[in-house]
Amino acid sequence: MTALLEVTELTTRFPMAGKEVPIVDALDFEVGRGEVLALVGESGSGKSMTALSLMRLVPKPGRVASGSVRLDGEELLNLPVRAMRRVRGAGVAMIFQEPMTSLNPVMRVGEQVVEAIRLHERVGRSAALDRCRRLFEQVGIPDAAERVHAYPHQLSGGLKQRVMIAMALSARPRLLIADEPTTALDVTVQAQILRLLRDIQEETDMSILLITHDLGIVNEIADRVAVLYAGRIVETAPRTALFENPMHPYTQGLLRSMPALALSGRRLPEIPGVVPSPSDWPTGCRFASRCSKVMAVCEGVLPEFRVQGPGHDVACYALQEAASRGEKKGVQQQEGAS
Amino acid sequence: MTTPLLRVQGLRTWFPIKAGVFRKTVGHVQAVTDVDLEIEAGSTLALVGESGCGKTTVGRSILGLTPSQSGRVEFEGADLRGLSQTAWRPYRRDLQIIFQDPMASLDPRMRVRDSVAEGMRSFGLGRDESERTERVQQLFERVQLDPDHIWRYPHEFSGGQRQRICIARALAVEPKLIVCDEAVSALDVSIQAQILNLLADLQSELGLAYLFITHDLGVVRYLADRVAVMYLGQIVESGPTASIFANPLHPYTRGLLKAVPSIDPHRRGGAPPVEGDVPSPSAPPSGCYFHTRCSDVMEQCRTQAPAVYGEGPQRARCFLADPSGAPR
Repeated sequence: MTALLEVTELTTRFPMAGKEVPIVDALDFEVGRGEVLALVGESGSGKSMTALSLMRLVPKPGRVASGSVRLDGEELLNLPVRAMRRVRGAGVAMIFQEPMTSLNPVMRVGEQVVEAIRLHERVGRSAALDRCRRLFEQVGIPDAAERVHAYPHQLSGGLKQRVMIAMALSARPRLLIADEPTTALDVTVQAQILRLLRDIQEETDMSILLITHDLGIVNEIADRVAVLYAGRIVETAPRTALFENPMHPYTQGLLRSMPALALSGRRLPEIPGVVPSPSDWPTGCRFASRCSKVMAVCEGVLPEFRVQGPGHDVACYALQEAASRGEKKGVQQQEGAS
Repeated sequence: MTTPLLRVQGLRTWFPIKAGVFRKTVGHVQAVTDVDLEIEAGSTLALVGESGCGKTTVGRSILGLTPSQSGRVEFEGADLRGLSQTAWRPYRRDLQIIFQDPMASLDPRMRVRDSVAEGMRSFGLGRDESERTERVQQLFERVQLDPDHIWRYPHEFSGGQRQRICIARALAVEPKLIVCDEAVSALDVSIQAQILNLLADLQSELGLAYLFITHDLGVVRYLADRVAVMYLGQIVESGPTASIFANPLHPYTRGLLKAVPSIDPHRRGGAPPVEGDVPSPSAPPSGCYFHTRCSDVMEQCRTQAPAVYGEGPQRARCFLADPSGAPR
């Protein structure tokens, strides 16, 4: 069976400093059925733009320049506008970081969910309102029957995010894209929402593409991880492999610089420098200027992906170099033994 | 015993809620209630809590930026609370603040050299403008920025670099205490590590004290000597960082620590440690403010407010921490 979402060579360009810069640069990834894939990266890595590209919602003057996005085998990038509208919601739903800005402040939250339900299904208002109440119960909103009449400002941040999740679930999507869904929330509420997303995923067998900058959240909810740096994926791996054996120097640096791991009084290992701006991206590896293992070859052309373990692919010359040295050593040892 | 650099006692900052034609006060947002804290010279106290717990208001009330109703804010023994703007002026050199959003705290139309030198000029530091320029260049080097960039505007720098500029500006007047209000929260982890290391280096070199206001427990563990945990305007637990992390006494502290997602691949899942939402600070619950969300709630918690218990350096506002033995 093929993956639910197959993305190949996805490239999104924005005009910048007189040229068209690929903010999302030739991304390849898949989201399996019932799988949670995390796209993790820092600001400017292109992770949110990737999500918008999948939904064909890239703001002008940007545009998806090339590549392919297939949902259940259906190409989305050349779908007519009306058909694409049906895909948004029923095929792929999305929730964002700021629940307040995604809700209409002058409309009762129940009505907003009813509107979403009736956009995709021919049902009467009262039947839709019933569905809405059940959805509110499913996402753990207390006093659901009354809360459908509340305005967004009467709800806390956590409850508003639950309303957004209810709305996203209303058309029974096959894929949920969650863009930093808990970043604006407090840790105790974040834990509740992450648990909810995991429970819903298990109940409905929906797939989730989680976009985040927080490796802790990745560990909490993802099955597989793709690490993004400056518009490129640098490493993909199953969750456990990524945390136990991170291979790309950027992933290693990111994990080490998290203060949660460091002990008080010791210096935090930092990644020197800053993410290069898209208009100054080098021709070679984009992490080269900050990398501790940089070699001459890194500054030439972008490194290719190489398989380093089961489902574990890394784009890094230093690893390839180490591997070929290891092979040579192995050959020499064999020769010595014979 | 020596006097601490800063001692806050019984600080209360309530905001009136006014309604009706005569703007009658109908209630209060109880942002900060009876907060006690101490910071030794050269040390770091982290004030940690979730949004709306009053941690920022504590920082602002200490600096006299938000008027408080009662209590004492003693800096080197002198009570600063309720002083007029003019009376506060000499202390502005000793107490500086760094905010979360460096873009909002730098004037976008001012060259960064002028932003950094403004405080020096105001306190008459440096003989003339050229000497102050030299000093700004030194400060830039100290915070690892290119001294040739002092004539640029804020928008020409990245977020991490702008925060370095704000640190340079705070250092320019040679303060003794810096209030860092979510100073690294808006930064990416790799940049956050750079700024945290810089703050730690500056502390050991210059003997600075920090009041570090944050919601991020990872940052607290890395940087703080002591921690105070806030919930609904009150400090619910305080003590040395190591003992708070190893042995939290208050159920809220325990929940907060457990709620932080771990990056240990063998540790995940489990029920959310704290259910529900924070109640409104304009109508806090009866008894213990945390009883509505507490997993260890007892009958007395619903009606009686717990005092602060504990004999050692670690103290908690919870009946379970009462050494005389809480009735179960």
